[in-house]
Amino acid sequence: MSIITLDWLDVTIASGLVIALALLSFYQRLALERQILIAGARTIIQLVLVGMVLKALFSDVRLSWVVLMATVMLLVAGYEVMARQKRRLRGVWGYGIGTFSMFITSFTVTLFALLVIIGNEPWYQPQYAIPLLGMMLGNTMNGIAISLDRLMSGAWQQRTMIEGRLMLGQCWQEAIGDLRRDALRAGMIPTINGMATVGIVSLPGMMTGQILSGTVPVEAVKYQILIMFMISAGAGFGAVIALQLGAKRLFDERQRLRLERLQSVD
Amino acid sequence: MGIILSVLSLQNLSTALLRDINLTIGAGECLCLSGASGCGKSTLLRAIADLDSHQGEILLDGIEHNSVTPQQWRQWVGLLTAESVWWFDTLRPHFPLVEREWFAALGFGVEVLEWPVSRLSSGERQRLALLRLLCHKPRALLLDEPTANLDSENSERIESLILRYSREHAAPLLWISHNHEQISRIASRHFRIVDGGLQEVLS
Repeated sequence: MSIITLDWLDVTIASGLVIALALLSFYQRLALERQILIAGARTIIQLVLVGMVLKALFSDVRLSWVVLMATVMLLVAGYEVMARQKRRLRGVWGYGIGTFSMFITSFTVTLFALLVIIGNEPWYQPQYAIPLLGMMLGNTMNGIAISLDRLMSGAWQQRTMIEGRLMLGQCWQEAIGDLRRDALRAGMIPTINGMATVGIVSLPGMMTGQILSGTVPVEAVKYQILIMFMISAGAGFGAVIALQLGAKRLFDERQRLRLERLQSVD
Repeated sequence: MGIILSVLSLQNLSTALLRDINLTIGAGECLCLSGASGCGKSTLLRAIADLDSHQGEILLDGIEHNSVTPQQWRQWVGLLTAESVWWFDTLRPHFPLVEREWFAALGFGVEVLEWPVSRLSSGERQRLALLRLLCHKPRALLLDEPTANLDSENSERIESLILRYSREHAAPLLWISHNHEQISRIASRHFRIVDGGLQEVLS
């Protein structure tokens, strides 16, 4: 079994679907046609660029290139986590906490998978390292962004409750404990739901891709299980770390709630 | 039961609204505080409970607030805010211990502890918040209008319970009140906050 390659004409025909959608929007006055066309164009440009980058990475396997690529991916994901919080910590913390937590978990879990589970030679072979890291970052990013957003907006809304608990002699961990648990649940539920419904409701893109490219389904399934577990661990542990750092930053050394450390973004 | 004589003293305490407050409240003394709204009364109580940052020193019985953990300090100086908050569904888990007598003094039986918080009226919440605070056995009490919006019967009950607690535990009281009759009934001294400073009101 070999893969049927698409030529650019095939891609152009597929783009006709999006153009049809934009036309529909125009005639129905949905005012979405501009956004649809721009997003479609971005899809083409970004993916073509990443395709060229990957081609270069694959042809000249060097650790430094892989590290550079991974760093760029991390920094962009960190920005995305920050941008999704309606209330975020001021200064370097707003960007730093999410990025640091993602770095710790995504990189650790990906390294673990590359070195211990996959064990190829060299371990940083970009064909494995980059897609794995990309999937890790994408999902960890979601978990951390949701958790931090919940924590910060919750702290803002529940100020009197948190301070009421402090007043009765509770420590900061206790005073913000319920909120932190809620935030962690919110951040992990998409992952748990993903694990629970995979294969029944949805066929994951990676597995579908492998099957399309000729891998026997059982092999693709094994990879998918590996990925699901990596993603779950990464998103879960990442959210725990981000919430720990974020919650601690909301209090000062005398365990006072310092909401002026948050800024709202609209 | 050993009684610890607690004296609450503020030395050069300054916050965003207040400058250089010096004040000593003796064990079992009741000091009333009044002043226009927004003048910094509640901020003063928050600063003493170490909920807001401030300059200057606060001592309870000679112990500087920075020398104990914030949890310990806040348990010592119990702050009762005008608006009470509850975080469990029923009342009981909010109470570390239950003094039946105090509940009775405010007109509650202990079965109230099984009630859902959502069922309580605002007046009931207000009285129960005081009971909750007392059950944490604070050594000093900071009270932000504990009888506001209550009828005269319940106000008197609250007054007498607080004064009794203060007497039995030798606890200093810092009590914000706008009611002149109440102040003349309970206060040993009365201060007004004017332009960020304390001004004694002599009766």
